[in-house]
Amino acid sequence: MVHGEAWTIKDLFVLPNEYVYWSIQIVLYPYMTGLVAGAFVLSSLYHVFGVEKLKEIARFALVFSFALLPVAMMPLMLHLQQPLRGIHVMMTPHFTSAISAFGIVFLTYGCIVASEIWFVYRKFIVESIERLEKKQRRGIESLMLMIYKVISLGARDISPEALEADHKAIKFLAGLGIPVACFLHGYAGFIFGSVKANALWMTPLMPVIFIMSAVVSGIALCILCYAIFMWLRRWALKRGKTFFIPEQVAGTMEISDAQLRDVQTYETRMTSKYLLIFMTLAITLELLDIIFRGYTAVKSWDILRQVIYEHDFVKIFILQYGIGNALPFLMLLLPGLTTRRACLASILVLFGVLMMRWNVVIGGQAFSLSFAGFMHYQLPIIPYSLETFKEGLGGALMVAVTPFVIFYFLNMIFPAFYSEEEAH
Amino acid sequence: MKRRDFLKNTAVFITGASVSLSALELVDPKEVLASRPDLRWGFLVDTYKCVGCGMCVKACKLENDIPYDANVTRTWVERYVIMKSGEVVKDSPKGARDGFTSKLVDQGESGPRLLRDKEIAQGFFVPKLCNHCTLPACVQVCPVGATYSTADGVVLVDRKWCIGCGYCIMGCPYGVRFFHPVVHTADKCTFCYHRITKGGNTACAQACPFGARRIGNLRDPNDPVAKEVLNGRVGILRDEYGTKPNVYYIGLNKEVH
Repeated sequence: MVHGEAWTIKDLFVLPNEYVYWSIQIVLYPYMTGLVAGAFVLSSLYHVFGVEKLKEIARFALVFSFALLPVAMMPLMLHLQQPLRGIHVMMTPHFTSAISAFGIVFLTYGCIVASEIWFVYRKFIVESIERLEKKQRRGIESLMLMIYKVISLGARDISPEALEADHKAIKFLAGLGIPVACFLHGYAGFIFGSVKANALWMTPLMPVIFIMSAVVSGIALCILCYAIFMWLRRWALKRGKTFFIPEQVAGTMEISDAQLRDVQTYETRMTSKYLLIFMTLAITLELLDIIFRGYTAVKSWDILRQVIYEHDFVKIFILQYGIGNALPFLMLLLPGLTTRRACLASILVLFGVLMMRWNVVIGGQAFSLSFAGFMHYQLPIIPYSLETFKEGLGGALMVAVTPFVIFYFLNMIFPAFYSEEEAH
Repeated sequence: MKRRDFLKNTAVFITGASVSLSALELVDPKEVLASRPDLRWGFLVDTYKCVGCGMCVKACKLENDIPYDANVTRTWVERYVIMKSGEVVKDSPKGARDGFTSKLVDQGESGPRLLRDKEIAQGFFVPKLCNHCTLPACVQVCPVGATYSTADGVVLVDRKWCIGCGYCIMGCPYGVRFFHPVVHTADKCTFCYHRITKGGNTACAQACPFGARRIGNLRDPNDPVAKEVLNGRVGILRDEYGTKPNVYYIGLNKEVH
């Protein structure tokens, strides 16, 4: 069977070679990169702009962004027809292609996040080494000691001068990270926006729209996960299950349930305000795009109108704008915001952004280049081949679950909730 | 040896080695031949002569090892039926591999549609293939340079280097590209490069019983194709994308793009 045939239904006149080639994994690719970039921007709000109110969530956002990082690459690898040749993008980058920037920008960004985390946690790493060296170690602790020794890179100086230098480095890296994160996601938008053959994608607004919705989705995911992990920690604290609270195992923090609850509520409320700001920008830009297309109404508008107002009406106006944008916007705007409501709104926002990616990626392929036919995409749910697994529900779930698995292990080494007076 | 000397010698060695290696490349006879500025392949399609028999599609599939029953093809023929009401009905079932032998028009999911003779104003066939553009969008977007233009104006895909991302398929405004179902890399018409570079004809042009398809050298003023392109009234597809196609059409209607 030809690639794409398994999930494409053709209607009216569609060119013989046309299929939905970019399917669910390419929906997830900008979604995941968006989450990475968004989470990083959230953490930078504290580090660079000194938004003290976001202090607690900033550290979590940074570690979570690092956990999300490898997952941004996963959908691409799953989607490639020749995944083993993915490295060719690094070996022979072809600079007129937007995708060829991926490897370079992605690596640069990865290095920035990794170094920032290193500087943020350097003091903690050194202290952990000292603490564990003195202690009678169990199996896992010996392993941790080894890991800490390796990642400390031998920099064991925690004098006030050294820590001051760390502070400076963090600020610099966080500052540098913002444009790189925006670039990382902006060019993901550029990949689509520069496809001149596709009437829906071809707009210079695309990178900007992508950046805005990226920040929105990143912040929403941080709010949601922060709250969930805080709930987990409170649950674990009551039952003495310390493996959920690595910093307590480490003996660096004494925490109480009431403290946790206060922090959770405060951080969620504060972050929700920033979510609202970025949502306003994202929605405005997306609506501007549609209005502009309708107003200028070039040749392709005929078929675009049919896709937007007929074929994809429910997906765009009900699911994306209604349930994914307007509803959570109202929920966040109403007074007396609780953590539960903020979480529910965040879930809806995440869904809205996913639908936006879906409507762009799949919607852009919903009409034929002949401007006379349509293609419907059916997500493969039950896989009967490797291809239908990779580009089906199974592959999508795999991509969605991986960051949490990575975060669980990463949190063991870099406790995302670890907090102290001197913390950055 | 002193460190300074070592560095100096290394630099001299590397420079010398790279110069001699590049010299080897310069005298590659194939490249010299291909870079001749007096060779530029062009294709001419005469839509008045096409009857939609599909021999070209069949020949292309067999010549270029595109699985016969796979629903992708390097070239295809479109049928246009313009109704008296002004409505345009088009189809190309299986790329017209088996020719148009029925009055039923394939409308995909909407099912076949039977057109009544008395409602039809005109009907014609338009063969399509890769336009081997002078400014190809596919070459521009390929992240690894696996899709490239040769010096004589043919756009090719390196099957050993293509990563299968599909960016070229998305970037092509003509929908001529697809994933080869066996080798799993991007695929498209090559103007039968393996034949034309040896003085042969393309498989589709050779198979066409009516001479609706012809290939020639656009830089040779005595070439019949070049003469037609220069002196006749020919059109190209989707000029608005600025890709500067090298496939020219005689009798192009406004319904075709």
